[in-house]
Amino acid sequence: MALVRSALRLTRSSGVLAQCSRSMADMPLTFAAPSQVFYNQQDVRQVDVPSFSGNFGILPNHVPVLAVLQPGVVSVVEADGSTNKYFVSSGSVTVNKDSTVQVLAEEAVPLSDLDAAACRQALTQAQADLASATGDQERVEAQIAVEVSEALVKACE
Amino acid sequence: MLSRSTFLLPLCGPQQQQQQRAMSTLKAISMRLRSVKNIQKITKSMKMVSAAKYARAERELKPARAYGIGAKTFYEAAEIGAEEPAPDASQLLVAVTSDRGLCGAVHSSIAKRIRANYTPEGNYKIVCIGDKSRTILQRTHNQNILFHVSEVGKKAPSFSDATAVAQEILASGYEFSTGNIFFNIFRSVVSYDTSELPLYSLDAVTKSPNLAVYDSLDAEVTQSYLEFSLASMLYYAMKEGACSEQSSRMTAMDNASKNAGEMIDKLTLTFNRTRQAVITRELIEIISGAAALK
Repeated sequence: MALVRSALRLTRSSGVLAQCSRSMADMPLTFAAPSQVFYNQQDVRQVDVPSFSGNFGILPNHVPVLAVLQPGVVSVVEADGSTNKYFVSSGSVTVNKDSTVQVLAEEAVPLSDLDAAACRQALTQAQADLASATGDQERVEAQIAVEVSEALVKACE
Repeated sequence: MLSRSTFLLPLCGPQQQQQQRAMSTLKAISMRLRSVKNIQKITKSMKMVSAAKYARAERELKPARAYGIGAKTFYEAAEIGAEEPAPDASQLLVAVTSDRGLCGAVHSSIAKRIRANYTPEGNYKIVCIGDKSRTILQRTHNQNILFHVSEVGKKAPSFSDATAVAQEILASGYEFSTGNIFFNIFRSVVSYDTSELPLYSLDAVTKSPNLAVYDSLDAEVTQSYLEFSLASMLYYAMKEGACSEQSSRMTAMDNASKNAGEMIDKLTLTFNRTRQAVITRELIEIISGAAALK
């Protein structure tokens, strides 16, 4: 009888312990572009995102935040320690109360897919477009292109 | 003799008519048979085309689904829609359909859902993506349509299409407090679900009590975030809708080909029967004519 009771207590406490370990270190990340998913609710250790309010790193139990992505590099440190870097053009990042993170990028490519020469060429083209832009709409679009190209060149270095 | 001829005439009349009728029905049956065979060829090729488009749409749906679910998560986690909105609050409804028909009930199910839940006198505006929803809703809800989007359905939907629609919604200047996107969620090749995604405006989000949990938010960031979120959810709805439409068209054309095949079998049997009847009748006439001469 005593054996049964102690066994029950053991299983209940181990259940509580298991719950504790889940909430401490897990951060399910969903990082996707419209045409490609890089992480789908996968647990990672850290995510660094470039946002308009500054670059910040997200660790488990980060305070909930909403931010808009700037052109730049998102780096993800996975559970086994390896780091993956991706270039994003724009998008949004959400950190929720339950420590889930959603990084939704409009366009995202792994850094290894970037060609430095093509990026520099895009920058010179965008700067030329900005110089020759007429009208507000064109100027703003050219400005955005320049910002993205500058971030691309910086990411390639 | 006169009496005999008069006796013969009525016999000849319907017989001749019947013979003529049999001959003309033979031609009519063969015309019908030819046209049903052509229809079967067309529906078979339409099925092949939509099967190829469906394969591609399903492949593209997988990342789009993760994207769309990620976009919804903020609203669910923050429980923005927990309070009931005021009954006469202005709403924005988006109907995601396409331009082309012959795809089963995908378009009409969305229009039916809108018609059932919203009377024409309500305080809301509808955005019709695709001509099909426009033609169905124009009849009863003409004054509620904000704008419509055409040339949908020929090519697979892309993120830039969704951003164009989102930009038009924001540029239209219509102030709404909540909204819904009506679309078909793809479940399997033979089934889809008509469902809705909730939309929230800046006011609804900032008034929500749970927003305080989120750190350092100003109106500009929230506005940008919401605009991007609108485009993301529209993209997800368009992707799901396209996949449901192609699979529905595939099954509809498959059924049409099968039905055409059954009609062809029945018509072929009737054709052969009629042909044999015509030949037999001609033989009978020839033989009876020859027997009468003898």
